[in-house]
Amino acid sequence: MAKVITGKKACAVNPLKMSQPIGGAFAFLGLRGAMPLLHGSQGCTSFGLTLFVRHFKEAVPMQTTAMSEVATVLGGYENVEQAILNIHKRQKPEIIGICSTGVTETKGDDVDGYIKLIREKHPQLADYPLVYVSTPDFKDAFQDGWDKTVAKMVEVLVDKPTSTRRDPARVNVLPGCHLTPGDIEELRTIIEDFGLEPSFLPDLGGSLDGHIPDEFVPTTIGGIGLEEIATMGRAAWTIAIGAQMKRAAEAMQAKTSVPYRLFERLCGLLPNDEFMMFLSEISGRPVPAKYRRQRGQLADAMLDAHFHIGGRKLAVGAEPDLLFDVASMLQEMGAKLSVAVTTTQSPVLERMPCEEVLIGDLEDLENLAKERGCDLMMTHSHGRQAASRLNIPFYRIGFPMFDRLGAGHLMSIGYRGTRDLIFTLANLVIADREDNRQPTPDTWRDGWQDSLRETTGAPLEAAVVAPLH
Amino acid sequence: MSSLSATIQDVFNEPGCGKNANKSEAERKKGCTKQLQPGGAAGGCAFDGAKIALQPLTDVAHLVHGPIACEGNSWDNRGAASSGPSIWRTGFTTDINETDVVFGGEKRLYKAIKEIIEKYDPPAVFVYQTCVPAMTGDDINAVCKAASAKFGKPCIPVNSPGFVGPKNLGNKLAGEALLEHVIGTVEPEFTTPYDLNIIGEYNLSGELWQVKPLFDELGIRISACISGDGRYNEVASSHRARAAMMVCSKAMINVARKMEERYGIPFFEGSFYGIQDSSDSLREIARLLVERGAPPDLLERTEAVIAREEAKAWAAIEPFKKRLTGKKVLLITGGVKSWSVVAALQEAGMELVGTSVKKSTKEDKERIKELMGQDAHMIDDMAPREMYKMLKDAKADIMLSGGKSQFVALKAAMPWLDINQERSHAYMGYIGMVKLVEEIDKAIYNPMWEQLRKRAPWEKANSNWQAKAIAQAEAEAAVLAADPVAAEAARRAKKICFCKSVDLGTIEDAIKAHGLTDVAGVRQHTNASGGCGACAVRVEDVLAQTNAPANLLQAAE
Repeated sequence: MAKVITGKKACAVNPLKMSQPIGGAFAFLGLRGAMPLLHGSQGCTSFGLTLFVRHFKEAVPMQTTAMSEVATVLGGYENVEQAILNIHKRQKPEIIGICSTGVTETKGDDVDGYIKLIREKHPQLADYPLVYVSTPDFKDAFQDGWDKTVAKMVEVLVDKPTSTRRDPARVNVLPGCHLTPGDIEELRTIIEDFGLEPSFLPDLGGSLDGHIPDEFVPTTIGGIGLEEIATMGRAAWTIAIGAQMKRAAEAMQAKTSVPYRLFERLCGLLPNDEFMMFLSEISGRPVPAKYRRQRGQLADAMLDAHFHIGGRKLAVGAEPDLLFDVASMLQEMGAKLSVAVTTTQSPVLERMPCEEVLIGDLEDLENLAKERGCDLMMTHSHGRQAASRLNIPFYRIGFPMFDRLGAGHLMSIGYRGTRDLIFTLANLVIADREDNRQPTPDTWRDGWQDSLRETTGAPLEAAVVAPLH
Repeated sequence: MSSLSATIQDVFNEPGCGKNANKSEAERKKGCTKQLQPGGAAGGCAFDGAKIALQPLTDVAHLVHGPIACEGNSWDNRGAASSGPSIWRTGFTTDINETDVVFGGEKRLYKAIKEIIEKYDPPAVFVYQTCVPAMTGDDINAVCKAASAKFGKPCIPVNSPGFVGPKNLGNKLAGEALLEHVIGTVEPEFTTPYDLNIIGEYNLSGELWQVKPLFDELGIRISACISGDGRYNEVASSHRARAAMMVCSKAMINVARKMEERYGIPFFEGSFYGIQDSSDSLREIARLLVERGAPPDLLERTEAVIAREEAKAWAAIEPFKKRLTGKKVLLITGGVKSWSVVAALQEAGMELVGTSVKKSTKEDKERIKELMGQDAHMIDDMAPREMYKMLKDAKADIMLSGGKSQFVALKAAMPWLDINQERSHAYMGYIGMVKLVEEIDKAIYNPMWEQLRKRAPWEKANSNWQAKAIAQAEAEAAVLAADPVAAEAARRAKKICFCKSVDLGTIEDAIKAHGLTDVAGVRQHTNASGGCGACAVRVEDVLAQTNAPANLLQAAE
């Protein structure tokens, strides 16, 4: 049981957190022919857009209502109307996904009301798919924006089923925002190997996997189509991945009565055992030989790597679901989760395999990692400065990863994804030992003092949470 | 202390800005804040612009007062380089929450400044205003004043919330903050007759250091670079420099001009992109310094350095010239730096098939024409499909652009090079020019392209998207070629003014019907150029073409 602590600093230093609206926009990027639209000043979109482009190395569609100072004060009805009309005319997306921002929420723009008026005024938009989500920047984090948006998509885009008959082969999958396009592809393969037909909402695997599209498209170039979303109520099951997706899964159940099963983790041996057995159960098929072999490979990877990962003192900074999944897996391999920093509240935090979880920033992560002698850091790309100052191995997880290639294809789920992640981490540790920690005749001269220091660790609160005045 | 709106008006009135000077008073009042079109806008906000302009000051703490989006989504994302301090790459933000929105965030801001000074002790804290606290009425000027007095440390308010306008305005507002609160507040320990300010250079990828060795050799001291690899005290004491160079952009012209006005520091606008430009700039620097009292032998020494460096650069480019002569380059940038890059590429024997002038001033445009001849194909708003077709028709061998349009080229399996601010190579000065040529050569001659342009073995001919795009474009062209009426309609339908949605035909008709000769007349009759005014340049072109003698003759017939 971990204690969840909220930092008390007035100034966040080296933020770990990103804002809610771009988490929402990210979810819209997993729909086919979509155009996410942030209702705010143009910078709100531009910063998010740049972040996505640099992470995925792909063209990313995203628009803005381009609120000026005057428009913000007077209310943004005209800007929302103009933006929808312009996008509808030019890019002709199949759906426009609208997220509010801090600036329009401060004014209190009633976007739901605006949309109603716009539909009345412009008959061509009467039935046009528009989904609006309220996502003020000054509340919550990236992950929350994603989960609210997916829940809203379910509420608006999934049809209420007309009959109680279900297709036993169909499965809805509601993935959390911590899953990469590579993870989604892997999940699709696994589920299909059980003879099931998965519908992913949203499906970043279809849109941001880096494929080269057949046509020039100014919107998303893939992802789940609206017609498929509409029929999700006919599926036999909904699989939600990550605790953040509970809201969306419950929305689906409330609307369509499709039961759901929530998998909080898909990284590690036991979580995947559980997942495989569930798929076997709902499909009535035995676990395919391929996965029995992969399970063996993962077990072997754990055997090979535990020498290197066991006893590592980890400093991990990530959004709650990713933090919980990856840190738990490493803890199960004997690593010690010394420092855990996250961005927002979540029910999984209390169950983290460590004493304390801090809702904080990368300054906290760095200071605590230094104080507790951590020797492996995992967080998004912004942790690079901290890791290099501490001179400890650094593995990039989560979003954004703008300074390395292949972010969209990194995998951490399934037997195979876990296996590869374990190898990568163990190799980082080995390389670090070769490069930086070769023994010298003096390494053990003061050995007793070092080992004394290692067994005592200063408590968290004294270090970070002391209020500064 | 002037209000934000007064500062913005002042920036719009900037007499040093050619674009401004060409506008009517009413137009000027509207300023460069091009009315952004909802659902059709791209680019950063004024806060982004202010941060870009000032963040390269390396020893300063940059504190963003706002919700997490403004800093959390954007920090440490620029390629500027520092020769020492790293605090500028640290992200500081008040990350305001709902309570701050309701009750005001001034106390949090004050405490944040205090925490930064206690923990990091920078020579100054720059505080950036953003939209939300600007709306709720947080007075960052007052907080900065109180904090400066209390902590004995300059706290500089940068009043450029995102919603006041685009990035370019933010650059200028950042300049105003420096002029009002920083420049001239510290006396330098010593001065020399060789003291030079460099304004509007951000040291991206460390490119200033491609030129600095030449300054060092000549004994020219960069007293302050605003803001690449800059230090607070250098900028604060930059009012004692003898001369200034404004680096190839209008972004900070207000700083250069006002420093001339207030402190008598003459400036010129120059560039270190390309061999000729580098030489011209060095000459101009030497001339200005000598004019202001530096020993005249600086001129000869400068000529000697120029001769040596040019010879070395030509020798290094020579082996590439054979490979690159006749290669065609499609250049798409925001436009600001177009002309300096054009010159550079021609030195390597390459031809330009197009360049964008979206953000260029009239002067820039003239200069491009001068460099590329009258046939220069200047592209204002090229659709991705056209861009692709241009590449594919082998009208271009490589595309140079900013990060955002790279995928058009790459996905079409065409060589591409990043020349905007996220790029990872440095292209300044003589050495940088050679590097650019090297990179272009590497990109064009990469054997990978040939493999990637092959179809997958199971794909039928002409079934890939490239083929379809070409076919579609050709079909459209064929329809137009076969039907002169449709072709004329298509020609006339070309949008000239985007704000007011006025097409070429409407303007031509108005010019002919009313015998118009200037932009004001066109505006009066068609409303074109009645919005942001940016299309005035295009309207002038239409005027020139429509009123050209040949056309008049035709009209007379």
